[in-house]
Amino acid sequence: MKYALLIYDKPGSHEALSEQELAAAYREYGALSEDPRCVGGAQLQPVETATTVEVHEGRTLTTDGPFADTKEVFGGYYVFDVSNLDEALELAARVPSARLGGKVEVRPIVEQPS
Amino acid sequence: MLASLVGFLGDFDLAEEAAAEAFAIAAERWPRDGAPANPAAWLAATARNRAIDRIRRARTLAEKTRQLEVPEATVDGLDETLIEDERLELIFTCCHPALATEAQVALTLRALGGLSTEEIARAFLVAEETMKRRLSRAKLKIKQAGIPFQIPADHLLPDRLDAVLAVVYLIFNEGYSGRVDLAAEAVRLGRLLAELMPDEPEVHGLLALMLIHHARRAARFRGDELVLLEDQDRSLWDQAGIAAGRDALDRAIALRGRGPYVLQAAIASLQAQHPIEWAQIAELYERLAALTGSPIVELNRAVAVAQAGRTEAALEIVEQLDLPDYRYLHSTRAELLHRLGRDEEARTAYERALELAVTEPERRFLEQRRAAV
Repeated sequence: MKYALLIYDKPGSHEALSEQELAAAYREYGALSEDPRCVGGAQLQPVETATTVEVHEGRTLTTDGPFADTKEVFGGYYVFDVSNLDEALELAARVPSARLGGKVEVRPIVEQPS
Repeated sequence: MLASLVGFLGDFDLAEEAAAEAFAIAAERWPRDGAPANPAAWLAATARNRAIDRIRRARTLAEKTRQLEVPEATVDGLDETLIEDERLELIFTCCHPALATEAQVALTLRALGGLSTEEIARAFLVAEETMKRRLSRAKLKIKQAGIPFQIPADHLLPDRLDAVLAVVYLIFNEGYSGRVDLAAEAVRLGRLLAELMPDEPEVHGLLALMLIHHARRAARFRGDELVLLEDQDRSLWDQAGIAAGRDALDRAIALRGRGPYVLQAAIASLQAQHPIEWAQIAELYERLAALTGSPIVELNRAVAVAQAGRTEAALEIVEQLDLPDYRYLHSTRAELLHRLGRDEEARTAYERALELAVTEPERRFLEQRRAAV
């Protein structure tokens, strides 16, 4: 089963790390990408680069900034192909954001017929 | 049998329907053709075949189609041991942290307690439709999110077992406030867990705790009036229940259990003795507080310290606690103030407790205490 791991960062959490801690975190992010079960993913650029689009009655509304007005900021995602939810949850727990005040949402992906 | 079907199919509803069909066929055929040599194996094989038929007919997703590659089971091929007891897998699935707590409770009662949806709805004072939806949503989540049907890996087991014990204890406490049926169900589940996980001390600890509390249920109320432990009519206690609880506690201690449930069971066991050794109980509460960091445990410790004769010390403990909206904090404080002759303050404390009282028996009890000050 394929799962999306949606990473929500606590703002400033990574910036607050020392050089060594940050390097260690990036190694963890890298290790997760290198895991053979990882079939996709991306890190998004900071929230200041975001633009949000809505369409109302044919008119497109474009606004500066991210969609969500939440404290946490969507920072990136992974896609893993694993046998069950527990495997996906274990991988999610390894995402550095999760222990730096952020959250990782784990959701199964709708499988498209190939 | 239901447990092993759920495991095979990863789908509660399908498993239930298939099992029902198999039983229906058996009920029809066996009187006519005679029962097969291995009825359990026959039922399981038939149920699996019916389920596979249904799946084919429903033309479901690739995931289920993969399961059709499993060769159709024949009665001869099925070993009796294939009907494994998969109730432990079922318990852990029902109590998976990916499910909301109320869903875990409902699912556990439905799948293992054998209660009907209607009975569970009644027990939790919700409409049957609401409970039906809660159960469907939970079963759907298990299927869609891929919650595995397995006993958790060793490194996950401690947390997952805690979750299971918490669900069973929650069910017990729901029943403890008056709806006796749930408490008895919880004890049943506790016994099942002790049978399936005999080497886990906390499992025996929880069973012991529930058995001892349950044994005192007849004495807890006199009509509609709440009766304190020391005032209870001990002849109404179920002595067999207390003995069974103490047996379970002994097993837990023999397994070197020192966890929260074992400690609480030890406290309950001491409270069922006569005379009550409050100093020992206070010490156990101290250990429990160290483990859980719970201010409520500290409150109970204060009560034990007071009962052991050290009222001033007890009040000191209470004054440190941050439980402003907990009615028992105020009622305990009131009682201690009264014992120290500070009746004005005691009355005020009883008033605060009354503001927070939840049930009628509680309210009446607190009213009486306030009047007596």
